Amino acid sequence: MTHPILSVRDISKSFGPIRALKTATFDLFPGEVHALMGENGAGKSTLVKILAGLHAPSGGHILVAGTETTLPSPRAASKAGIAVVHQELLLFNELTVAENVFSGHNPMRGGIVDWSAMRSRARELLADLDCHDLDVDRKVGSLSVAMRQRVEIARALNHDARVLILDEPTAALGERDAERLLDIVLKLRARGVGIIYVSHRMNEIFRIADRMTVLRDGTFVGTRPAAETTEGELIGMMVGRAVDQIFPKVDVPIGPPVLEVEGLTSGPLVKNATFTLRKGEILGIAGLVGSGRTELALTLFGITPAQSGTIRLNGKPLRVNSPRAARDAGFAYVPEDRGHQGLVRPMTIRENISMAVLDRISPMGFISRTREAALARKGFDLLGVRAANVEQQVGQLSGGNQQKVVIAKWLETNPSVLILDEPTRGIDVGAKAEIHRLICELAGRGLAILMISSELPEVLAMSDRVMVIADGRISATFDCVGATPEAVGRAMTSRREATC
Amino acid sequence: MLSRSIPAEAPRTGALRRFINEYGHEILVALAIAVLLIGVGLYNPRFISSRNLTSIFSGNAYIAIAAIGMTMVIVIREIDLSVGALIGVLATISGTIAVSGAPVWFAWVVPILCGMAINAITGVLVAYARIPSIVVTLGMMAVLQGALITATGGTWISNLPADFLLAKMTFAGLPMPLVWAIVLTILAGLWMRLTRFGRSLYLIGGNAEAARAVGITVPRRIVAVFMIHGAFAGLATLMFATQLQVIQSTTPPNLELIVITAAVIGGVSILGGTGTVFGSSLAAVLFATIGSALIFVNVSAYWLRACIGALILLTVMADMVRRRRAMKGH
Repeated sequence: MTHPILSVRDISKSFGPIRALKTATFDLFPGEVHALMGENGAGKSTLVKILAGLHAPSGGHILVAGTETTLPSPRAASKAGIAVVHQELLLFNELTVAENVFSGHNPMRGGIVDWSAMRSRARELLADLDCHDLDVDRKVGSLSVAMRQRVEIARALNHDARVLILDEPTAALGERDAERLLDIVLKLRARGVGIIYVSHRMNEIFRIADRMTVLRDGTFVGTRPAAETTEGELIGMMVGRAVDQIFPKVDVPIGPPVLEVEGLTSGPLVKNATFTLRKGEILGIAGLVGSGRTELALTLFGITPAQSGTIRLNGKPLRVNSPRAARDAGFAYVPEDRGHQGLVRPMTIRENISMAVLDRISPMGFISRTREAALARKGFDLLGVRAANVEQQVGQLSGGNQQKVVIAKWLETNPSVLILDEPTRGIDVGAKAEIHRLICELAGRGLAILMISSELPEVLAMSDRVMVIADGRISATFDCVGATPEAVGRAMTSRREATC
Repeated sequence: MLSRSIPAEAPRTGALRRFINEYGHEILVALAIAVLLIGVGLYNPRFISSRNLTSIFSGNAYIAIAAIGMTMVIVIREIDLSVGALIGVLATISGTIAVSGAPVWFAWVVPILCGMAINAITGVLVAYARIPSIVVTLGMMAVLQGALITATGGTWISNLPADFLLAKMTFAGLPMPLVWAIVLTILAGLWMRLTRFGRSLYLIGGNAEAARAVGITVPRRIVAVFMIHGAFAGLATLMFATQLQVIQSTTPPNLELIVITAAVIGGVSILGGTGTVFGSSLAAVLFATIGSALIFVNVSAYWLRACIGALILLTVMADMVRRRRAMKGH
């Protein structure tokens, strides 16, 4: 057998006290497609970043073609023949395709850039990727995501990459573009490039991967040949634990419908959504990144108002065309990105908790300090925020405590529907359990909860029902008995079957 | 030097300590003024004669008043480069009305209303057309300067009626500009601190998306803030244009930068979300003190700008350090 082109031996990485990656070990052979699998937070991106030269590992060895190598910078990684196509493409939108393919390594002649060589070489590389139709003089910013991705791959190949890492390359692609990408991957494999392929899409993985390595909670679980592994086994390796034990789901009586949504449509990612949410119910929403789960939340909350469809809250039809209208109607939205839409970092816990109800506590426009302090204190205690007092700046709190502040803010509005978008993203395990307990408590108090999460175990364990979104449509709904990881996972990636 | 003290771990408690935490920057600016007054006063006692002090503070009061509005604009994370040109235009409007024989109150009120109207346009372009304020106000500055020089042909307005010269009047023995600057600073400062509207400005500056998500109508607030800023520009004009017997068709060069500088040195973060008008007014006093002190210690007044420039760099650096520290606090 040939020798591995890349060997990762016991690589670990800690960020402060948090161990993101412990003892990751695997080999990549030339001409192999090696799938890297794991839930969010399992350590895949950390590993990818280490191989890209963006993070220095805390321990372990990396061998490229048998020789021990360190990758202190992206440049060193590229010199070692490792090229990474990140999920967020790193291209220069204002430059042409050719300039991007050669960024930083322009062919020179007599001290000036040799444009004709650059353009013909770029054309060659792209033709190799079946992109004969792409004009190398176009600005990259005007291209589709799929085309930009190919430019990025061409750039990687231009550096004679022997190892190509693709991080969720099809997440943002349409069906046909995803197919073309898979063809390109297979073509590169035939040329002897070793490919590390990170993806959540089972059907893709089983189509192209030779072997798969699973990471879980930063630990290496195992490497298996794809031909000898079933989808169920793979999911089992990824999830791996008795999920119902770490999520303290308490069953509460479920009441009458609170929210009835019919034919809701907004943009390309919310298509004809129809569902009902009841009092005391936790409705989990599963879906891949880019499937339209967050967009559904944004539409319900009036940030991107619906183009058509009806929303009824407690039987009353509503027009939700702004966050203000949504708030007044009784919606609360804990956003996916706390820093972006949730917190005002330079301000105190008190000022963050009171911000959604300033109208209520400001007679004649003057904020009542006593009422503000009282409600801040109440939210602070109720959620068990760990800080010295309510006068601490929220920017100084940990992720879990920041999330509690955001939730406290919204509870002050006495909502009837609470939308939680990735409520435990970026939160450590202990705080996660606390947030989960809190969500159950809130459901117990009669809130109707819509919980979006990309962590399948979280959705499965916490929800009374699970609604799966794929490609902007609700592709399946399960009650908690029927929702197995396999069934939900299949529905998440079902758009190909659904559209064919 | 001028950094706002931020608690590294648990915030200090107690009323005095909380006051120091909250107004650390303002206190530092006040201390800097005190040090200058005492230091230069020891060197040359005439410097701290009440006559000198009231005259320098009064002459700079219009900068403090203009900086009140600018503070609000910067707190919501916008900027206004046109305020200097606006004050020039408003001064000419005011003077023209005053010499036309119209009632003197009319010559005082119209510039305030015009300031609001002109800045309403700026605000709408920023809030609804979504053009960055630095671009809108850069354009506005050129438009106003051009209009002013075209309309006046460069001639000065003289023969202003004596009862128009508000800045020469006194109230309880103090020059009017000083009284106005103090009263307006206190009112605006309390208003920003105690009202829902004032709070919303800090929320918008701290995170506009989060403010929008809790139902604050951000674009409307942006227009309102620019209009209020226009009103303060009008008030500043009254103090500026009524100091002398004539109104020139030009404004002090870089007036807008001096006003922005006052806000920044006063502790208003250029990144939005923090700062008070107490700080910006104190910074205006600091400028006046430095300017006068240079004369009293026989240093060329041209050094004033260099001093202020150095202060800006120091303040902004301190602000960056503070933010970085606060961010990795946990």
